[in-house]
Amino acid sequence: MSAKHAITVEKVLPYAPETIWRTLTTSERIAKWLMPNDFVAAVGHKFNFRTAPMGDWDGVVHCEVLDCDPPRLLRYSWKGGADSNPAYGSKLDSVVTWTLTPVEGGTHLRMVHDGFVFPGNQIAFDMMSPGWGRVLDGIARVTAEAAA
Amino acid sequence: MTGAMQLTNVLKTLADPTRRAVFERIAQEGEVAATGLVRGSKVSQPAVSQHLRALRDAGLVVERRDGRRIHYRVAPKGLGPLIDWLGHYQAFWAERFENLEKLLKETE
Repeated sequence: MSAKHAITVEKVLPYAPETIWRTLTTSERIAKWLMPNDFVAAVGHKFNFRTAPMGDWDGVVHCEVLDCDPPRLLRYSWKGGADSNPAYGSKLDSVVTWTLTPVEGGTHLRMVHDGFVFPGNQIAFDMMSPGWGRVLDGIARVTAEAAA
Repeated sequence: MTGAMQLTNVLKTLADPTRRAVFERIAQEGEVAATGLVRGSKVSQPAVSQHLRALRDAGLVVERRDGRRIHYRVAPKGLGPLIDWLGHYQAFWAERFENLEKLLKETE
């Protein structure tokens, strides 16, 4: 078991779910806002996103469509990067999930990028737990003392 | 040290549960002497010393010498590489989300 941390971006957009769905699932449209790709909206379809190589990473993100339920849910795996790279280009075995929920005046679009594996079983979970709060308090206290 | 090495170091260093427990205890107590860490713990003194050295080398803790005693505290920026990693992706998606919105607006 490994602890994972997720990134979430969400917003209410003034468009119907079907309109946003087309932008999320049409290869040429995806290329315009995300990256060049050979995406097809079919569960099990394997595809790539291609971006500039970085360090030991060839810039290819290997993906597979895991869930596709138009116009509500899209989920694909996201693997790429290299161990030797910092931050953005570092190795990642993750999952991206898009959910579209109709709301008054548009659609609530939510993206969760899940799978930033932090060491061991606890750290990521702890970050959101009271235990980690105490750790952060400790860090804050040390920082404040250092600044005093 | 490059950013990549720093991130890998932090990840590797904190992967050991015992070492992570030592780190969390230092963070909770603010500052603690090596002897205080050995006391009330099932870990032997040489093992604690080894973990402290690893934490220090990864930039996660700093030492303060007081005569023969060495005190440890969490290095404020020690977890920075880990936070940066997430931060880069956070920025990446925030930017792509804006692109998406722009594209929707254009094709309306």
